[in-house]
Order: sequence, then structure tokens, then C-alpha cells
Amino acid sequence: MTNTTQNPATSNNLLAEKDGVPATTKADWSSDQEVRWCPGCGDYSILTAVQMMMPDLGVRRENTVFISGIGCAARFPYYMNTYGMHSIHGRSPAIASGLAIARPDLDVWVVGGDGDMLSIGGNHLIHALRRNVNIKILLFNNQIYGLTKGQYSPTSEPGKVTKSSPFGSLDHPFNPVSLALGAEASFVARTHDMDRKHMQATFARAHAHDGAALVEVFQNCNVFNDGAFDKITKKANRDAMLIDLRHGEPIRFGADREHGVVLDAAGGAVIVNVAEVGEAALLVHDETHPDPAVAFALSRLASNPEMPTPMGVFRAFDREEYTAASEAQMATAKDTDGEPDLRSLLHSLPTWDV
Amino acid sequence: MTDTLEPVGTAKDIDQVIVRFAGDSGDGMQLTGDRFTGASALFGNDLATLPDFPAEIRAPQGTLAGVSAFQVQISNHEITTPGDAPNVLVAMNPAALKSDLGRLEVGGTVIVNVDAFGERNLAKAGYIDNPLEDGSLAGFTVIEVKMTTLTKEVAKDLGVKPRDAERSKNFFALGLLSWMYTRPLEPTLDWIDAKFGGRDAIVAANKAAFHAGHAYGETAELSEHHYQVRPATLEKGTYTSINGNTALSWGLIAAAHKASTPLFLGSYPITPASDILHELSKHKNFGVRTFQAEDEIAAVGAALGASYGGHIGITTTSGPGVALKGETIGLAISLELPLVVIDIQRGGPSTGLPTKTEASDLMMAMYGRHGEAPMPIVAAYKPSQCFYAAIEAVRIAVKYRTPVMLLSDGYLANGSAPWKLPDVDTLPEIAVEYASEPNQTNEDGEGVFWPYLRDENLVRPWAIPGTPGLMHRIGGLEKEDGTGNVSYSPENHALMTDIRQARIDKIAEDIPLAEIDGDADASLCVVGWGSTWGAITGASRRLRTAGHKVAHIHLTHLNPFPPNLGDLLRSFDEVIVPELNLGQLSRLLRAEYLVDAKSITKVMGQPYTAGEIEAALLEHLTLDLS
Repeated sequence: MTNTTQNPATSNNLLAEKDGVPATTKADWSSDQEVRWCPGCGDYSILTAVQMMMPDLGVRRENTVFISGIGCAARFPYYMNTYGMHSIHGRSPAIASGLAIARPDLDVWVVGGDGDMLSIGGNHLIHALRRNVNIKILLFNNQIYGLTKGQYSPTSEPGKVTKSSPFGSLDHPFNPVSLALGAEASFVARTHDMDRKHMQATFARAHAHDGAALVEVFQNCNVFNDGAFDKITKKANRDAMLIDLRHGEPIRFGADREHGVVLDAAGGAVIVNVAEVGEAALLVHDETHPDPAVAFALSRLASNPEMPTPMGVFRAFDREEYTAASEAQMATAKDTDGEPDLRSLLHSLPTWDV
Repeated sequence: MTDTLEPVGTAKDIDQVIVRFAGDSGDGMQLTGDRFTGASALFGNDLATLPDFPAEIRAPQGTLAGVSAFQVQISNHEITTPGDAPNVLVAMNPAALKSDLGRLEVGGTVIVNVDAFGERNLAKAGYIDNPLEDGSLAGFTVIEVKMTTLTKEVAKDLGVKPRDAERSKNFFALGLLSWMYTRPLEPTLDWIDAKFGGRDAIVAANKAAFHAGHAYGETAELSEHHYQVRPATLEKGTYTSINGNTALSWGLIAAAHKASTPLFLGSYPITPASDILHELSKHKNFGVRTFQAEDEIAAVGAALGASYGGHIGITTTSGPGVALKGETIGLAISLELPLVVIDIQRGGPSTGLPTKTEASDLMMAMYGRHGEAPMPIVAAYKPSQCFYAAIEAVRIAVKYRTPVMLLSDGYLANGSAPWKLPDVDTLPEIAVEYASEPNQTNEDGEGVFWPYLRDENLVRPWAIPGTPGLMHRIGGLEKEDGTGNVSYSPENHALMTDIRQARIDKIAEDIPLAEIDGDADASLCVVGWGSTWGAITGASRRLRTAGHKVAHIHLTHLNPFPPNLGDLLRSFDEVIVPELNLGQLSRLLRAEYLVDAKSITKVMGQPYTAGEIEAALLEHLTLDLS
């Protein structure tokens, strides 16, 4: 599959319907289970975005699987009218990898929160990304532990006061996009729960990518960490605080697109005033760059959701997908070793007759 | 082969011999033993082997910790163990002599590479005086051979570097032993060609050393050490020499083949299980997918994911790995999906003795998960039977949609014995059925799918993704009987807990009855499981030969137990349970059947010898007589 170059925020018809797949609606993708997130939770809008996007993908429900770990976000599969597994804390990338490798015909999605994916499951996440198994990972980042009622998470800001950190958290947080790029993920994007269209377009881009995809979704936990992203995701703040990444275009933002991003001599991304440096000096976003270093530099622009923060696709690089490589080895083995023959196998070591 | 061979030259006929090759980790002792075994197998002997090596790849040279040994018994009759005390010890250096001399039979033969007995090596082994000179070996027959010197001598014009030439000295030892026990030379020469083909100098050096060792025996007045062990009279058939891990791998392939279902192995390398990953990764043409995961947890997770997708998910590991997989096994129990967890047991706890055998994971297999989480347990008992145990584990997992624990151990994994190859057409077919239709009707009369609606065996349907109309969600949360929807109802949880237990218990109706080997009218019954089979069988035979009556029950199914086991056990006055742990099976038997199962145990990282079990049983037998 090739990478598209459209801006995720504006491309609503990313994929044409596939032949022979019956048209569906949001309702077809919704299970009969009562949704049990807290009223006002950001998870609702993410669920809606996914359920609304699925009909656009032109895929069959029976070929779609959602796998999750443990946590609030991980209840997600129960609400999708697809195949689904609510598995073990942190392990969903591993379980999903096994399923995806065994069954390349399926669309395998993984849903989890910041604790699930980055704390207990951090190891599986980075390995799934480096292997480039064809799974689509939606990481709902609310910077808090919700289901265990409010402890700091691996994305909580330093000094955060929670039930388990009454004097402030001592932990330095992960930046999920930086982490994924460090693991050389072939597709890394970010979106947020206040912009359904952006979510839909970003998830669809992840789906279209041939390989592992990680989408960080800023998600508000209105019970334990309310307003964590308000400074950047509230409508009034978005122009000034969200940096829209568009492939092939100079990176600009601001109400009048007056700000821009340049690379400094050390390779770091820096925010500048376009009027001062001129448009020609701006960094042109290239999500297909083989080296993740520039995308990584972009991910370092904001160290917390109170600074101008890039949104959209950081990286969509085409490299060999694991399952395709695995299937190719299987096919080669059939060509080389021939049809399976149990008797030959059992007689493959030296034998003697009595 | 026949048993009517004429004596070879002056070779004296003997019924069996136990040889132990011991040397430094770098001396190639495993290879030497393996080749001696391979030639003996092709010659038609019965045999059993015990590779015994350290965990370190190259422990400090010349030290006791670095000693690597390989024991093999070859015989002209059926045997079940690698033997108690070796008749011959080949010691390539002082450390090997010091470490293994105590195992040698009284008056046994020691063959030493005298070149390695310099001051430095003696000191490293902790010898103050040279044991070859201080009279401490007086009770043994000592044959001193300058193996290094002689090997270098024959290799000097063959174009190999002196260091490489010296490395061929294990073939000198093999040549010498091949002469002493009249082993055919061709299998080893062929093997050298195949192994080192293309590297002509190495081939030439190894062959020259091998021939030189052989000629040394012939010319150096060793004629009183010239023996022959004729082929064993085994059942007619085609045989191969197989170790447990290879047999187990082939069993998995055979099971998947007979089930017409792809095999998926998720594994993380761990001693002594890694060879199963290696073996399975070679056989992709059988539709075998192997996935080397980032850790033990991911390995079992990927296997479970593949099972969810309709493959036969397998994970292989050893004790520490099983501990890590526990949570996922619990999920598999809750999801009621097939999964085979293979535990090649080793000495524990923790890292324990990675390369040494033990059978101390039975309780972990039985109870090592949180919650009420029963799973079937199958145990292999000899190398070739690992093949059938693997098939049985897959059969139960697939038929009953449950994770199954398959227990083997380091001794079975690496030990070899002849295997009469089965006719593959006689292997049982394994039926795999995926759900394809709705199984329930809703209020509107429409067909719907209930993932936890069960059949008469309490087994739920296996509805794999990709099946239209059967979309459903499963998970680790307690689910309602039938619909599978999340349920926190107290009554439902009690019901589901009971069902999960009952469906495993019910498998007892579908496994072989326990059988008595030996004297059904004995008053004493030995109950074993796993690799103690060889030693118990050997001990029981000796006792019977001595006029005692001994019954032996060897369990291959440890959960559930065979349905007749309780009645059988209660029919004996005395039940003795030898185990390579502190009495785990005996406790299960006592708990289940209220029988006074007495435990005898060994936890030394070594398998039981027949002699040890014979002695322990004899105490009970003589007590009975008194």
C-alpha cells in the first residue's frame, strides 16, 4: 500500500469502498452493549469517531478485530460490533501481533490507554512497532490512571499531585510520539478527542498504512484529570496551539499562520515568526522521510500540552511489513521443501531397520 | 541387523557398556558422545543418553565448573536408562577426572588425555598431586594416552593450524572408543564429511585423528579392552535415534498436520526448551509459523492471539517462563481457547540449574495461576514418547478448547534413545471445527451467536474472526453463561467457576485408563510420571529378576487423572512415588484419593538411576517381608 499525501484533517474520502463490501452505517458497527464510561469521558467521542469512520473504510465487520488490554480505554472492543478481545493489562500488542501474523486477511486494531501501552505494556508496544506487524494501535492518552482511580501515569507531568503522589510525581514522563519514533515505528500520528473529523481522518490514514501504526489520541479524563489538554485543544486555543502537519507543505500555524517551524543547526525543531525568517526557511513536512530524526525533532516541540503541539501524521514511511515477509518465507519454504510429508520428516535423521 | 554376527577379532562379547565422555566445555564432548551414540544406533544397539553440561557456554577453561559430560549406555537388549555407574570414563583433563571419577563403577576404566595433566590444569582442578602418579587411581584401570600430541602429529601435514589440529583430539578419543567397542567407522566418517564439507583441511584433520585413535587401540596393547556389544533384538521396524525436544517438535507438526490446521509457535529462547523453537522454525513448508517474541509473556500472548484466529497456538518454555506466562494462561482458561504450553522443566527455583533436569513444576502446572483456573496436564516419559505426548496435548487443547500444559524435562529434552518410527497413516486424525452459523435465536426470531453456549462436553464454539455473522466480544472479565456478555452476578460467577472445573474434569472420560506394568498382584505399586519412567522400569525389572513382585503405574495424564486410578491405587498395600521434586505427585494423590502414597525424592539436577530406585524400593520390600 502506498502512503497518501492528503492532509488528514481535510480528506474525508480517503478510501473508496472496496468491491463487494456491503455499505454500512455507524449503527452497524455499534454493538448492543451499554457503554459504561463515565458521563463526559473523552472515550465517547473517540468511539463515535471510530464507529463513524468504519463505514468509510470499505471493510467487513467480520474481518475487523479490536484487541485491548486493561483500563478504561480497554473496554472499547465491547462496544464495537466486530470481533473483539478484552485481554490482559499491557499485553494487547503481543496478542494482536500473533493474530495479525496468523491471519493477514484481518484488520487488527489495538486500543489502550497510557498506562496499558506505555507502563505495563511498554515493552510489547516498542517491539510491535519495530517489527512493523500490521496492527493499528490507538493510544488514548489522558495522562492519568482512570480505572484504578487517579494515580499518576507514565505520561503525567512531573510534580503531578495524585493519590499516589501527594508530594508530586517524581517521574519524568514519556512522550508517546517520541517513543514510537525512537522505536522506528513506520507510522506515527497524533490527534485529539475534541476534533472528530481529525480523528476519523487520522485513524483512516493509520488503517491505510501497510505496517504497524501508532496514533496517540489526547483524551480528556473528566473525573481524574479534567482539562489536561484544554490549553491546546479548546476551540479558541487551537489556532495558536495546534501545529497542523501537512505532508509536502511548510509547517505553519497561528490564526494568520504567522508562526512556523525551522530546524536549528543541531537538528532541533524551533518555532519562529514567519515574517522574520521568510517562508522559504520553514521546514517542509516530509512524513515519508526514511530517517525518523526530523519527525522526532517535531515531537520534541512540546514537552507538555501547554505548548504549541504538532497534530496529524508525523511519519508514514513505507518499509517491509512483518506479516508479508513472514508469508513470503512460508511460500519460499513450500517451493524449496515441497509439499509437507510427515513420513519424510520422521525419516529425516539416520534410520536403521531391525 | 541380526544378532548372529561372528565375534570381531579378539573382541569379547558383552551385553552392555556405559561410557562417559568428560572434558572441558570447549573439548567437544557433547559432539563426541553424540557421534558414539549415532554409530551405535545405526549398528542396531538399544541405547539411552544423558548429556550433562554446564550453563556457561565457555566456563573458565580447565575448571570443575567447565566440565561437560555425555553418558551413554549401549546394549544388546532393551534398556531404559543411560546406566547407573559408567564402566568407562574418558577424561580429557584433570577437572573432568576430578568431577566425574566418583561416578565410575568400582574397578572401572579411566582413559585420560595425559597431555592435559600439566601443573596448571592440575592446579585449576584443585589437585595438589598428580592423580596419575600419586596412586589415588589404584582401584581403577587407567589408560594414559597422549591424545593431544598424537592428534597434532597426524594432522601436522594436513594444512590445519596447530590450534585447529589440537581441537580434533575429541575425534582421537572417539576413534579409540570406537575400536574398544567395535563401533562401525563409516557413520562417523560420513558425518565428518557432511558437517565440515568444503573445509578440506578440517575434514582431513578430524578423520586423521579419528583413524589415529582407532589405530592406537589396535596397536597399543589394549587387546584386553576390546569388546563388542551386539545389536539388540528390538521389535521389527525402522528406527531412528531421537531426543525428546526433536520428537516433541515433530509431534506438534504431526498433530497440526493431522488437524489440517496451521501451527503457530510463540516462543522466547530459554534453556532447555530453545531447540523446539529451532526445530519448528525449519519446517515452514508444513505451515508452521514461528515467532520469536520479545519476552515470555509476548510469546504466549502471540500464541493465544493465533489460537483466537484459528491456528493451533503453542508456546515453549522452561520453569521461569511458565511463571511469566501464568496470567495469559489464565486468560486462555477464561476465553476457553486452545493453547499448548510446553514446559521443559529444569532445576529451580528462579534461574536455578538451567542445564540440569528436575521435575518440580507439577504443582505450578496444576495450581500456578490466580483464581480457580484448572487446566489439563500431559507429561512425556521418554524421548520418543514426547512425540505422542505432543499430539495428545494438541488433541485435548483443540477438542476441549482449553490451554494444556505439556511437561517434559531437560533429561528427556536432550537425551536420546531409539524410536521405532510409526506408520504416519496410523496417527489419529484431529477434528477441528470452527463455528459457522448462529447458535441461538433472539426475541425477534433472528439467529444470533452466543459464544459461551456449550455442547455436551461443556465445550464452547470456536468462532474465528473472518466468519460472517458471528461477531462477538470475549475477554478476561467474568462473562455470562451462554451469551458471554460481561456479568458480575454472584450466581453466574459461581456457575462459571463450576463449569470451568467440570469441563476439565470431564476430560477424564476421554483419556486412556491407567495401566499396571509388571505384577498386578504385587503388594507394592510404584507410581511415577515423566522421565523417571526409565529408572523405575529398570529398577522394577531388576527387582522382579531378584524374585520380588512390583507393580508400576506411569501417569501420562496428571490433570485430570485417569478415572480408574483411585481404585487401582487402593488395591495395593503400599504406594511409592519417586519424583525429581519434594513429593508433588504424592501430595496430589493423597489429596485426591486419600491413599498413603509415600514419597521418595531426588533434587540434584540429575535423573534417577535405576539403582537408586531399586535400593529405595528394596527397603520397602524387605520391610514388607520382615
